[in-house]
Amino acid sequence: MSEKKLAIIATKGTLDWAYPPFILSSTAAALGYDVMIFFTFYGLQLLKKDLNLKVSPLGNPGMPMPMGMDKWFPVLGTAIPGMESMMTMMMKNTMKKKGVASIEDLRELCIEAEVKLVACQMTVDLFDMNHSDFLDGLDFVGAASFFEFAGDADITLYI
Amino acid sequence: MSDFDQELDARGLNCPLPILRAKKAINGLESGQVLRIIATDPGSVKDFEAFAKQTGNILMESAENGGEFTFLMKKG
Repeated sequence: MSEKKLAIIATKGTLDWAYPPFILSSTAAALGYDVMIFFTFYGLQLLKKDLNLKVSPLGNPGMPMPMGMDKWFPVLGTAIPGMESMMTMMMKNTMKKKGVASIEDLRELCIEAEVKLVACQMTVDLFDMNHSDFLDGLDFVGAASFFEFAGDADITLYI
Repeated sequence: MSDFDQELDARGLNCPLPILRAKKAINGLESGQVLRIIATDPGSVKDFEAFAKQTGNILMESAENGGEFTFLMKKG
């Protein structure tokens, strides 16, 4: 079977948006795809050694809240300090209970499956980030490197 | 239920873990050997069909019993 290629651009750095790139990449790798994820802007948070990802109910009316809170909880309430941490904790607990892998685990599975994780150097400069905060062995690259891989990819996704 | 060479308990795991664990287990098998997978994720029924189609492994059996799904996957 000839190898297919999947190229993904990951641009978001919240707990919920961390799932699609890692789920799709690990699965594609298991199906025999050659996979690259190009992490840019807030997506770079997903490559930090210490992941501290959060999910926010603020400005996110599609987020189901526990105990029917979305039915009676005022929208402004989602801006209360501590809401983000609380919702993140609840989300993580729910995921664990439902057998959904943690982002740490999925990322590790991607690395094991030789998914290429590359980071946008421009973003590192823009936000004054340090290479030492990121996973060891990453390539820090620019847009041209993405196209070198994605140019003949079978599937390209922007997440 | 036919014979199998190895068993994978993927009960309680959600997408995409059953597929990833199965792939890993199949990697350790010889061609022609059979992996039996037990899962509780209802999505895994279609997913193991799709996995077999795309990887050249053969889904010999797919059964449901009281909320548990059992698959026999032969390494291609």
